[in-house]
Amino acid sequence: MAKLFRFEKTSTMIDRYKWWEVIGIYAGIAVFLFFMLAPFIEGFLVSLKPLSQLFSTPYSFWPENGSFTAYRTMWESVPKFGWYIFNSLLISSVATMIVLVLVVPAAYAFARFKFKGMALVLGAFLAVSMFSGAVLLIPLFRLLRTLGLLNTYFAMIVPGAAFLIPSAIWLLRTYMMRIPAELNEAAYMDGASQFYTFRRVILPIARPGIIVVAIMTFIGAYAQQFIFALTFNSKTEYMPLPVGLYAYFGKQEVIWNELMAASFVGIAPALVIIFFLQRYLVGGLTAGAIKQ
Amino acid sequence: MSQNRAAWIFAWALLAPAIIYVLVIVAWPLVETLRLSFTNASLRRTYDYVGWRNYEKIFDKDFLEIIIRTFTWTSFSVLLKMIIGTFGAVLLNCAVPGRHLFRLLTMPPWIVPMAIGIFMWGWMYNGQFGMISGLLQRFGLVDGPVAFLAYGNTAYWATIVTDVWIGVPMVTIYFLAAIQSIPRDLYEAAWTDGANRWMRFRRITLPLMAPAIITMSVLSLISTFNSFDIIWILTQGGPSGSTTTMIIDTYQTAIGSKKYGEGAARAVVICIFLSLFCVAYFRMTRKLAAAAKA
Repeated sequence: MAKLFRFEKTSTMIDRYKWWEVIGIYAGIAVFLFFMLAPFIEGFLVSLKPLSQLFSTPYSFWPENGSFTAYRTMWESVPKFGWYIFNSLLISSVATMIVLVLVVPAAYAFARFKFKGMALVLGAFLAVSMFSGAVLLIPLFRLLRTLGLLNTYFAMIVPGAAFLIPSAIWLLRTYMMRIPAELNEAAYMDGASQFYTFRRVILPIARPGIIVVAIMTFIGAYAQQFIFALTFNSKTEYMPLPVGLYAYFGKQEVIWNELMAASFVGIAPALVIIFFLQRYLVGGLTAGAIKQ
Repeated sequence: MSQNRAAWIFAWALLAPAIIYVLVIVAWPLVETLRLSFTNASLRRTYDYVGWRNYEKIFDKDFLEIIIRTFTWTSFSVLLKMIIGTFGAVLLNCAVPGRHLFRLLTMPPWIVPMAIGIFMWGWMYNGQFGMISGLLQRFGLVDGPVAFLAYGNTAYWATIVTDVWIGVPMVTIYFLAAIQSIPRDLYEAAWTDGANRWMRFRRITLPLMAPAIITMSVLSLISTFNSFDIIWILTQGGPSGSTTTMIIDTYQTAIGSKKYGEGAARAVVICIFLSLFCVAYFRMTRKLAAAAKA
């Protein structure tokens, strides 16, 4: 990953630092990153420590006789662990697909057409993201119960997807607004219908943007599956990872090294995504927010 | 004319699926919450309309305390996110080797499943064996073990710190983008005029970052106000209600005690606050956009 260590030649004098400034910057960054990463470092070290060292005072930072035993034994203590990961991935994937099917046409409409009432609708979509799922739990719970959908994957996927729509629309609309309108006119001159233009001209061009939105939505869906899964599902075999592990976290005797080992295996997909898709990430995370 | 009409139909047809979805999953439940707030709905199959009784019942001293606690908790958290985010963004903007890696390393708290990050904090806050208590004792800052989540005051701050931890990456990356969109000529001109680094930060970076800071404060205010996972996993609102915010309180009433009617009334109060933030946000973005044009 040569990209990470790109040494750019800074030609302008303005970016030249005195030696004590460099030390100050690195010290500041070190403090900042320590705050961001301390839980992960500590969590990882805990996953390596044997329980006897974990539950001993005084506190010791480095593991003695560290081993990856917990990564093996956790499969017995958390018997459905494989299922939790599978459920998490399944819920995120289906939610992402639902969001894409709804958002790609909508974002195109918002980007290309300016009809009366559309600005209001866009505002309403954005307002959705301001309400958390928590205030809607009661009617949703009753609705799902009436429909007999409590304790199914459906109960976690459908409400979750609704809250991923606003940011996806915003992000993709921003991207699609950069596609020149002349393309539409040219297609119209050639006798293409609106739908044909959308399907054959716009979609292929928008593909990179759609991919970014898909990644962002997937990460969001993977990261935020808690409240709906906690409330609408009590079947162990359908639980996504966060709720599945929460059941162990809440126990009287937490086997911490195994919980941390399980957590690390659980976040591995997210970390892999960060590592390989970093180029898309920073752009994707900020593009939607920065400019219309 | 006919082309225009076809385009009109096409545009709304594209929007229809998303609109219907959000109407069913978000808008209808919102209306339903309002309706249920005037009933005594519970696990029983039938319920009656009870007028304003739910609202009369919740507006007591406890609820007022919860509202105030929600606002102080949220304000401290947002304030810390803005300060640390600005600090991080300025540092990560420095042209030093390794900065691309550092930017990447700020992201994990944001990207990994929230609940899992919170488990790790749960361990760090452990009094007997956790890292924070352990290090504090080692450096002689405290006498004995501090069980952060066992006392009201420390639990209150512990949940704030975790909330800040989760929120900072997004704020930082957003601020970083804002800083990078500031034209370089400004800095070069100031540099030629002999302005030092602090002056350039104070007179160029900070004023031009202001719109980003304002926007992010409101967005962050809304998401922090809605914060559920952190408090629920770490303390479930305890000890003795010291971390019970409005969201937690609503959840306990509605889902915990199955008092749907009363829970709905509490949810409506949350919605009123959120709508106010929402209006403030739209007003502000409009003003900022107008200011940017002028």
